[in-house]
Amino acid sequence: MQGSTTEFKRQAEAALHDATLQRAMAKAKGGFVDKRRLAVARLPEFAQIRAEAKAIKEHTLAHLDYYLEQFERKVLESGGRVHWARTADEACAAVLAIIGAASKQVLKGKSMVSEEIGLNAAMERAGHTVVETDLGEYIIQLAHEPPSHIIAPAVHKTRDQITDLFQAEHEKYGLTERVTETEDIVNEARQVLRTKFLSADVGITGANFLIAETGSTVIVTNEGNGDLTQILPRTHIVTASIEKVIPSLDDMTVLLRLLARSATGQEMSSYNTLSTGPRRADDLDGPEEFHVVIVDNGRSDMLGNEFHDMLRCIRCGACLNHCPVYGAIGGHAYGWVYPGPMGSVLTPLMIGLENARDLPNACTLNGRCGEVCPMSIPLPDMLRTLRFKEHERKLSKARARGALKAWGLLARRPRLYQVVTALMTAVLGSIGGRAGRFRSLPLASGWTQARDLPAPQGATFQRMWRRRR
Amino acid sequence: MVSAPDNSPPPSVGLFVTCLIDLFRPNVGFAAVKLLEKADCKVEVPRAQTCCGQPAYNNGDQHTTADIARQVIAAFESFDYVVAASGSCIGMIKEHYPRVLKDDPSWLDRAQRLAGRCHELTAFLVDVMQLQEVESSFAATATYHDSCSGLRELGIKQQPRALLSKVGGVTLKEMEDSEVCCGFGGTFCIKYPKISERMVSDKTANIVASEAECILGGDMGCLLNIAGRLKREGSPIKVYHVAEVLAGMANQSAIGDGKS
Repeated sequence: MQGSTTEFKRQAEAALHDATLQRAMAKAKGGFVDKRRLAVARLPEFAQIRAEAKAIKEHTLAHLDYYLEQFERKVLESGGRVHWARTADEACAAVLAIIGAASKQVLKGKSMVSEEIGLNAAMERAGHTVVETDLGEYIIQLAHEPPSHIIAPAVHKTRDQITDLFQAEHEKYGLTERVTETEDIVNEARQVLRTKFLSADVGITGANFLIAETGSTVIVTNEGNGDLTQILPRTHIVTASIEKVIPSLDDMTVLLRLLARSATGQEMSSYNTLSTGPRRADDLDGPEEFHVVIVDNGRSDMLGNEFHDMLRCIRCGACLNHCPVYGAIGGHAYGWVYPGPMGSVLTPLMIGLENARDLPNACTLNGRCGEVCPMSIPLPDMLRTLRFKEHERKLSKARARGALKAWGLLARRPRLYQVVTALMTAVLGSIGGRAGRFRSLPLASGWTQARDLPAPQGATFQRMWRRRR
Repeated sequence: MVSAPDNSPPPSVGLFVTCLIDLFRPNVGFAAVKLLEKADCKVEVPRAQTCCGQPAYNNGDQHTTADIARQVIAAFESFDYVVAASGSCIGMIKEHYPRVLKDDPSWLDRAQRLAGRCHELTAFLVDVMQLQEVESSFAATATYHDSCSGLRELGIKQQPRALLSKVGGVTLKEMEDSEVCCGFGGTFCIKYPKISERMVSDKTANIVASEAECILGGDMGCLLNIAGRLKREGSPIKVYHVAEVLAGMANQSAIGDGKS
């Protein structure tokens, strides 16, 4: 996908001033957090399951080649096919080759990896018609926007905006009534999508897990749209990245217990659907062809390096939901497919740190993301590691580097430091002491544009301490 | 009051002042000394200290961070304990110095040995010195901001509240989202001032909604940020470091307030 990560700061500020977006974000804010907290509290063995889940993923990553090949073998045995893609382009090309030259009707279930590889644009360029079937994805497709959240793609939209969008876009189906209630909105989307389901040639879904022992792909949804997407069309294509594979169905049950609780606070999502090969002779329904496109796109480079832990991510979105920066600016400001803490780690690794310099820095390192991550991914540490790399590659701003250097020289010379700071506090204390604060101060506009600067009490602690003792 | 056996010498404590207390709020340093001495510790303030190194560390400069880490370790390793009135700085020394020095075996060993003896002030008083009584009074309703590093790196949550419950006159009124970041984040607040402004405004809104007369916390960074924003909003709510209240030294102008 084309991004706008270099525009992060401008986009973040625009988001802060976007009253509609702020209304939508405020509405979403507490819900995910409270529901997760309750769901976790109701499961006393949550910590134990979390440790088990981490061990499952670590074991799999340590033997990733083995499990991926086992998965491929099992898919072949069940009559499906596996396509390996090193890059986003190879992945899109693989999907296009499966769909074939003639123009087709393509249905899609929600898939973040398909966003990552820019699949919709590639299919539309090739002349296919693409319809997203997840309600949130359908809404943003109508609005020509990328998702702003990895599990709630239209979380940035208010109900009013959706009402307007449906009125404008559904008129062509003869649906002219203005729908304002959630239930009516959902029903209208259903009505439109139903006709698409019945006429589609190809269904594309993502996968939450790939099960090596059975060759099954697993999707987790709340709308059931994924099931129709993969069962009704003649061809079912699964796009999934390499780290989605896990050894067994038993392992899946462990991870599923964490996934929905961490994501939406549900004990289980409404639909947990396994696909194993194409339709068999005695199956009542199912696709005639079953393809799995397995995408690397930079992930195998992360194996064993300082970002290895990121490969445990199960895309639950808990880190986004608990990130106060994400909560303030929403997902679009980040400028690429994956927003929030997990995105601020992944995006620089996928599109280059030089193209996403702000992302690792736009974080207070408050640690809430790492705390709630069901896979115990040390997100703050990885964001800091990216800052180390920016510093080494001199990607940070020259002025900031200069200030840091000057501070560093001083901080390593305690005696000189104490002379300089004593002078500084004496001056600032004498100017600001009476008022107790500064409303503005030269060189401190970054601070004082939003808040006063409390004045120093008048002398440094070190100086007062030496004087007293 | 003291857990040490009668005849053993009092534990020696090196006070890590922290750069923000040193620069902005010496009163917190003196409050910490008073509390530690009351708990029968022998307190010293090594001169060879400046800052814990987080500005360098969190801006990617590992080399400067390692230099500062070695400087802090050398200055403090002779004490029984290192105590600071900051969860953030202690988190840095305890959790991050060993990582910063991981490729330097002799310093790594020294960093690890120091890490086990580092404590944030309220955690030290409650968990190590088993302080039961606090001789202080402070007639006000207060709300408490849980600073992120203290909370998540060191597990500090109950200790300051346990101590405050012994202070005569204080009523604690918990605010909503007391565990959510205030938007300070070191240099974050000046690199991304607009995002920080939103976060600190959310924080001050929760503080105001708590209807407390003052807001307390354990980290000067957060408190400067919160006080600065409250004052900008024209709020009369007073801001103090928890150590000032515990030591009976919240009789000075609150953070960001002028001399009355």
